[in-house]
Amino acid sequence: MRNLLNFFIKYHVLFLFLVLELLSLTFIIRYNNFHQVKFLNSSNQISGKVYEKAQSVREYFTLRKTNEKLALENALLRQSLQSMLASDIQRSVELNVGENRVKAISAKVINNSVNKQYNYLTLNRGSRHGVKPEMGIICSDGIVGVILNVTENYSTALSVLNGRWSVNAKLKSSNHFGPLRWEGKNPYLVILEEIPYHVKIADNEEVVTSGFSSMFPDGVSIGHVVKVEHREGDSFQKAWVQLSTDFKSLMYVEIIESVSKREQLQLEKLNSDE
Amino acid sequence: MNKQIHWYILLFAVSVLVQVLFMNNLQFSRFLNPYFYLLFIIILPMNIPRYLLLLLGFILGMTIDVFTNTPGIHASATVFVAFLRPFILNASNLDDKEKVMCPTMANIGFTLFFRYAAILIVIHHFFLFYIEIFSFTGFLQTFLRSFLSSIFTFVFIVISQFLIFRK
Repeated sequence: MRNLLNFFIKYHVLFLFLVLELLSLTFIIRYNNFHQVKFLNSSNQISGKVYEKAQSVREYFTLRKTNEKLALENALLRQSLQSMLASDIQRSVELNVGENRVKAISAKVINNSVNKQYNYLTLNRGSRHGVKPEMGIICSDGIVGVILNVTENYSTALSVLNGRWSVNAKLKSSNHFGPLRWEGKNPYLVILEEIPYHVKIADNEEVVTSGFSSMFPDGVSIGHVVKVEHREGDSFQKAWVQLSTDFKSLMYVEIIESVSKREQLQLEKLNSDE
Repeated sequence: MNKQIHWYILLFAVSVLVQVLFMNNLQFSRFLNPYFYLLFIIILPMNIPRYLLLLLGFILGMTIDVFTNTPGIHASATVFVAFLRPFILNASNLDDKEKVMCPTMANIGFTLFFRYAAILIVIHHFFLFYIEIFSFTGFLQTFLRSFLSSIFTFVFIVISQFLIFRK
């Protein structure tokens, strides 16, 4: 017994090293479903505060750019308002009901990265503002990501530039759909996969969300096709899609929740129960 | 002694904040990700107990992980270099006189510091990038990432030596 104790004392550094290293590896492995280690991410109160302060300084230096962007968006909105007033008002209301009605919460990006393998966003809205996990995030240009964890005042999100997540997307003209994922290199390019070989994909063809997942309504802009690849003997082809969202300069986003989502989920649950 | 502890707490906070607020936002390329926070591990006193060195390494890595949403990745790499640091220092043939000080560039000279810090940084970066991707697919790409980022980190750490640790 004493020898054993002596042994441990003699090699305490080695043991401590192994224990700490195993602990870290456990964190890494559990990271795949790391809802369990909630306190260890940047939506926690302390790191959230630090990022928010730093962001408010950074914001000050990009005021001009933000202003220009807002002015542009204003102009666009005014334009679409006019065309809406011009068209039949009754019809546009019906359209809203018939398609997905969407509730939006605006939020500010307080931390963001594009050059890691798994990129995450931190937003300054949390459960207090009605944010829940698995809500979709869009910005004025297009799709951004999906909420992962929520605390009272902050939330973290998977960005599209994260190899651990893929969203269902489709070609706007032909409605052929497939999973969209990031290959981990260029922050402007993603890959749309599993498009059947017979489908002709035009250059510059627009790619939008399919509306199959309950996170995003149908037709949210994602980007446009820049390159198509078909490997010999493969029945599917791949399309490289240039993202319409510039993740390097992301600042204001909208967290959306489809109002009819709950109903859709309930209905789909009936299928799996049978 | 007490003054020294305060100084190290401050250094810890500064290297973490410089890392998460400045270095993590340097988005030149995905091949250039500097990890400046290693400065803290590099210049801890040479006579620090090894268990304390390991614990501080773990705390440092975990703090960075909390900010970057990567539980365990930085912690495993910092614990690894904290474990290896005494061996690297021993291999550098320091005088007895130098063994009680912090291994800053002003204290141990450019050549020794260059060798010691470079080895530590390269080991850390290779460990970190391979753990991050968790596979050997794209082996060469990850190799290049680790190597170029190491040079980048090293440059920043040498600059810090000129700025704050002058004699």
